[in-house]
Amino acid sequence: MSTQEWSTGPYEYRTQEGRMTILGFWIFLGAEVVLFSTLFATYAVLFGRTADAPLPGDLFEPGITLAMTFLLLTSSFTCGLAIHNMRAGSLKGLITWLIITLALGLGFLGFEIYEFVHYAHEGATLQSSAFWSAFFVLAGTHGVHVTLGIGWAVLLLIQLVQRGLNPVTSRKVFVVSLYWHFLDVIWIFIFTSVYLIGMVV
Amino acid sequence: MEKNTKHLPVQHIIGFLLSIVLTLLAVWAALGSDLPVKWIIIAIMVLAVIQAGIQLFMFMHMTESASGGGHVPWNMMFHGFVLAAIVVAGSLFTMSFGFTHDHDGDHSGHGSHQEEQQMHD
Repeated sequence: MSTQEWSTGPYEYRTQEGRMTILGFWIFLGAEVVLFSTLFATYAVLFGRTADAPLPGDLFEPGITLAMTFLLLTSSFTCGLAIHNMRAGSLKGLITWLIITLALGLGFLGFEIYEFVHYAHEGATLQSSAFWSAFFVLAGTHGVHVTLGIGWAVLLLIQLVQRGLNPVTSRKVFVVSLYWHFLDVIWIFIFTSVYLIGMVV
Repeated sequence: MEKNTKHLPVQHIIGFLLSIVLTLLAVWAALGSDLPVKWIIIAIMVLAVIQAGIQLFMFMHMTESASGGGHVPWNMMFHGFVLAAIVVAGSLFTMSFGFTHDHDGDHSGHGSHQEEQQMHD
C-alpha cells in the first residue's frame, strides 16, 4: 500500500501511510474542535438558566477542579515523555510513561465520577435544569473521550508488548498521544469557561 | 528533533512548567484578585488560549519537519478553529436577543414561576 518509504527520522513518519494516517487524524481533531464548540456554545447560551436547581457557584469546588486539572496536565506531559522515549528507541521507557499517563487519566476520571455523583446528591442532574443539562453534556462528552482514550491506549500497550516498536506501532502510539494532548486542550477550556467563570459569576 | 532524543525533552518540560504557572495565574485571577468580573473573564480566556497553544505547539509536534512538513493540515485546523469561534460567538450573539433571564437582577427568587412568566412574555 505504501509506495514511498524513508529510512531515517522517527518511525511514525517513515511510510507514506504513516504520514497520511497522522494527517487524517489531525483532520479528525479539527472536526472534534467543531463538535466541542457546539457544546460550549450551548453551555454559554444556557448559562444561568438553573431553574430550581442549585447554582453552579454553590457546587463547584476549587480544590477538586484544580486537582483534576493538574492530573490531566501532568498526564499530557508524561504522554509527551512517552513519545520522547519512543523516538529514542526505548520501548521500556515508552511503556512506563504510558502506564503513568493512564494512571493519571484514571485519577482524573475518578475525580470526575465523584464530582458528578456529588452534584446528583445535591440535586443537580441532567434533568434538573437547562444549565445542568448543558454542563453534564459538555463535561460528560469530555469524560467519555478520556475513557475511550484510556481503553484505546491499553489496547496499544498490549500490541507494544507483543510486537515491539516498528513503523506501525509507532504510528499508532503517536496518534493516541495526539488524541491525549487534544483532550487536555479541551479540558483547559472547560476548566476556564465552565469552572472558573462558574465560580466567579 | 532527532538530535534531541538522547537529551532531556526540554521543550516538554518548559511547556509543562508554563502550563502550571498559567493555570495557577488563572485561578488567582478568578478567585484571588479584585478585578472586575468582565476583566477576569477576558484575562482567563486569554490565558486558556495561550495554554492551548502550548499544548498544540510544544506537545503535539505541530511544527516539526521530520515528516517532510506534510503531517498537519493547517488549512483544516484553521477552518476548525474559525468555525468554533463562529459557533460560540454567533450563538451568544443570536441568543442575546429576547432570551434574557432575571438572575442578575433581583435575586429574591430564581424560582420556576419567574421562568414561567418569561416564557409567556
